[in-house]
Amino acid sequence: MASPQPRVGVVTYPGSQDDRDALWALAALDAEAVPVWHEERELPDLDAVVLPGGFSYGDYLRCGAIARFSAATAAACEFAEAGGLVLGICNGFQILCEAGLLPGVLLRNESLRFICRDVPLIVERDDLPFTSRCTAGERIVIPVKHGDGRWFAPPDLVRELEANRQVVLRYGEACNGSVDDIAGICNERGNVMGLMPHPEHAVDPLLGSADGALILASLVEAARERALALL
Amino acid sequence: MRATVLVRPKQGILDPQGQAVESALEHLGFSVAQARVGKVVDLEVDAASVDEARAQVEKMCEQLLANPLMESYEVEIHG
Repeated sequence: MASPQPRVGVVTYPGSQDDRDALWALAALDAEAVPVWHEERELPDLDAVVLPGGFSYGDYLRCGAIARFSAATAAACEFAEAGGLVLGICNGFQILCEAGLLPGVLLRNESLRFICRDVPLIVERDDLPFTSRCTAGERIVIPVKHGDGRWFAPPDLVRELEANRQVVLRYGEACNGSVDDIAGICNERGNVMGLMPHPEHAVDPLLGSADGALILASLVEAARERALALL
Repeated sequence: MRATVLVRPKQGILDPQGQAVESALEHLGFSVAQARVGKVVDLEVDAASVDEARAQVEKMCEQLLANPLMESYEVEIHG
């Protein structure tokens, strides 16, 4: 029997920008990419959910603070609580932090400048559904484009995360002033991850790097395993 | 009832916006030891008493207006 195409949803909020690129990249990596509108109270039948980058609800008040209360975010939170795979990219990461699914918060870049460039990242963990195609310690290159990407948490929380091995990606060079150069983290259970860099913008060498495909193809593969397990 | 919420970056949180304001003020010749930039939210609340209004606005702060990881807030009820 042919392996089924896993269904990976991408939520579109008012102000999302990278939803289409995420859908395109997931489809290119052999997923059935499913657009999800922010007003949907129940997710369609999905094997994974991606919250994309952009400026949901204008990023008013704080980044992700309003998107956190949208119907689709509530549905994504329920999906995650049931063990579903959820990946938040950039604004999606900010939303997951505001929603309490991931620890910490994303603050204005230390430089006050919007940063838009390729950055080297060090992969800390390769045993997650989001990084199985990577190797721990590996250096990969994925672009960032954000004004509010400085991940912050109080020192005791940072110690706890480090002890739990929840840091997934670190910047390989100074970027935005994040605590411990943290670029991506996961929840304790390992089924929810957020990162500021944009893997969906780096899935083809023509785009400057295909390293983003390591993250997204890991997700698609994990989603496929889950889809097969349900058959 | 009118209410005002002041949201501030917590002490110890790096506030680059405040630093930029501080250095701009210094360029203008003002002597400033520190500048921190927060937010003001003015609200018109439907409440029968000052206490009720305060309780409502505190809830709003907890749920949405401030993020306790990085911000502190102060509620003023104007009656």
